[in-house]
Amino acid sequence: MTARDEVAREIRRHDRAEATKRTARRIVVFVVFLVVLALAYVGYKAFGRTLDDAQTDWPVIGNVLPRTDDLTMPPIADIFAEFGQPPQRNSSKPLAAFIAEAALFTLREATLGFAFGVVFGLGIAVVLLRSKWIEQGVTPYLVASQTVPLVAIAPIIVIWGSTSLDWLPFEWMTWMSVSLIAAYLTFFPVAMNGIKGLQSADPAAMELMRSYAASRRQTLLRLQLPASVPYLFAAFKIAATAAIVGAIVGEISGGVRGGLGRLILDFASRYTTGPSRLYATVIGAAVLGLLAIGLVTAVEYLVLSKRREEPLAL
Amino acid sequence: MTEPDRWAVTISNVSKTFNQGKPNEVHALEDISLMIAGGSFVSLIGPSGCGKSTLLRLIGALTHPTQGDIGVNDKSADQARLDRDYGMAFQTSGLFKWRSVTENVELPLQLMGWSKTDRRERAAEMLDLVKLGEFCNHYPHELSGGMRQRVAIARALSFRPSLLLMDEPFGALDEMTREHMQTELLDIWNKTGKTIVFVTHSIPEAVFLSQRVIVFSPRPGRIASDITVDLGDRTFETREASAFFEKITEVREALRFEESRI
Repeated sequence: MTARDEVAREIRRHDRAEATKRTARRIVVFVVFLVVLALAYVGYKAFGRTLDDAQTDWPVIGNVLPRTDDLTMPPIADIFAEFGQPPQRNSSKPLAAFIAEAALFTLREATLGFAFGVVFGLGIAVVLLRSKWIEQGVTPYLVASQTVPLVAIAPIIVIWGSTSLDWLPFEWMTWMSVSLIAAYLTFFPVAMNGIKGLQSADPAAMELMRSYAASRRQTLLRLQLPASVPYLFAAFKIAATAAIVGAIVGEISGGVRGGLGRLILDFASRYTTGPSRLYATVIGAAVLGLLAIGLVTAVEYLVLSKRREEPLAL
Repeated sequence: MTEPDRWAVTISNVSKTFNQGKPNEVHALEDISLMIAGGSFVSLIGPSGCGKSTLLRLIGALTHPTQGDIGVNDKSADQARLDRDYGMAFQTSGLFKWRSVTENVELPLQLMGWSKTDRRERAAEMLDLVKLGEFCNHYPHELSGGMRQRVAIARALSFRPSLLLMDEPFGALDEMTREHMQTELLDIWNKTGKTIVFVTHSIPEAVFLSQRVIVFSPRPGRIASDITVDLGDRTFETREASAFFEKITEVREALRFEESRI
């Protein structure tokens, strides 16, 4: 063990400690914000109540801002109490269990959708890298694809999946169609950042590969792809949340049961008899999104800390 | 000069024009003819923009001449590149930051399809040659500038090319490290018998390292003088010898004469 080894090890230890500190700080800030948001919610409700009690009419509330009654804004305590209560009269299963099961179902769809999207997006990026012509010709279509409403595509994909994919060696399930819908949202950031990342390889390094008479494939695999990793992780974070949103919207518009989308649809249609159920389910979906981003960020840290590269912004 | 056993590089009547026929046309090199003997150490020196780096890239077939022919090891420059006849080192080390020191040195071998054990063995040998054996598992960001440059040289030598093309490899280093690296490079040259073509704009560096210093004129680059340096084996004393300073003066005069003609 040389002195230099010691120093390098010390630097790595220091970096790790710094990263832990940063993560801890982030969590504290997050919790503080959560409390501030909750206080704002409660404060706003209380303000509305005093207006009601005084029989004064303040035209902004109810016309511009949401009304503060318990139907529009159920009390926070009610929302959290709802997690422990069974949403169906004939069952004792609490809502939290329903949400957890639905979240797992949606997570499965989203994960497969994320994987589809990454493979498809990277494939597009590699094709676009081939020539400026292809890049300029295809990019507008990629952008246009994202302006098509998901609600319009969802039924098409679900029907296509259930009627045309019987040649596959395994049974095509409806939830897999939802994954395809989610992939429709996830491939885009991966393709866009992917092409930027692949092009980010240092020109001197590209020349070096040429001096080694490296093939196009070797250059892609050994230089351009590794160089694009920070860009890809920035895209993965966007794609992770997009996959969950895509899965939820896909469930709703594709009429698929079992996930958060269906749960949200059910509770929305019965909103007047229990608004806090919908709120609780939405909170569940948000937590799922945060978990997905957290997972991607953790993997990013593991991959990039070795080469000491600052992760790009979220 | 006596006829050598073989010519490593033959450049005949080479011109290079960038953006030919466009308003931003640049004549980088004009009518260059140069023969480089196998096993020799030749420096290319000249003011910025004189095309010396372009000439190096032409030898490496990373760009092609507008006119004239370039041969490397009795074949076309392109063929020599495909046969991996040369290794290259730049001013920036160009190490891949996601690869450890060993993995960086292994890169060309990996591209050539060597097995993992063979690669490891050769990389270890090369890192010993540049005296970095104990740093094999470090990552580039953990090394100093001089060490990174040594890794880049080890990488260029790893597949044992007969020709080494170096473009100001020590340009970004401090003076102390630079002199140290020069001594080590000469040591490697003595041990391996490579042909080295070395681009620099430091006169003492060119004189200390080379057997021949080629002085370029400003744009369009032409060969202004071809100065033979015969200082025998270089030692620490060489840097303080009067013959060393005389050669430095000779190169400087040649450069100044060219400057005055602009």
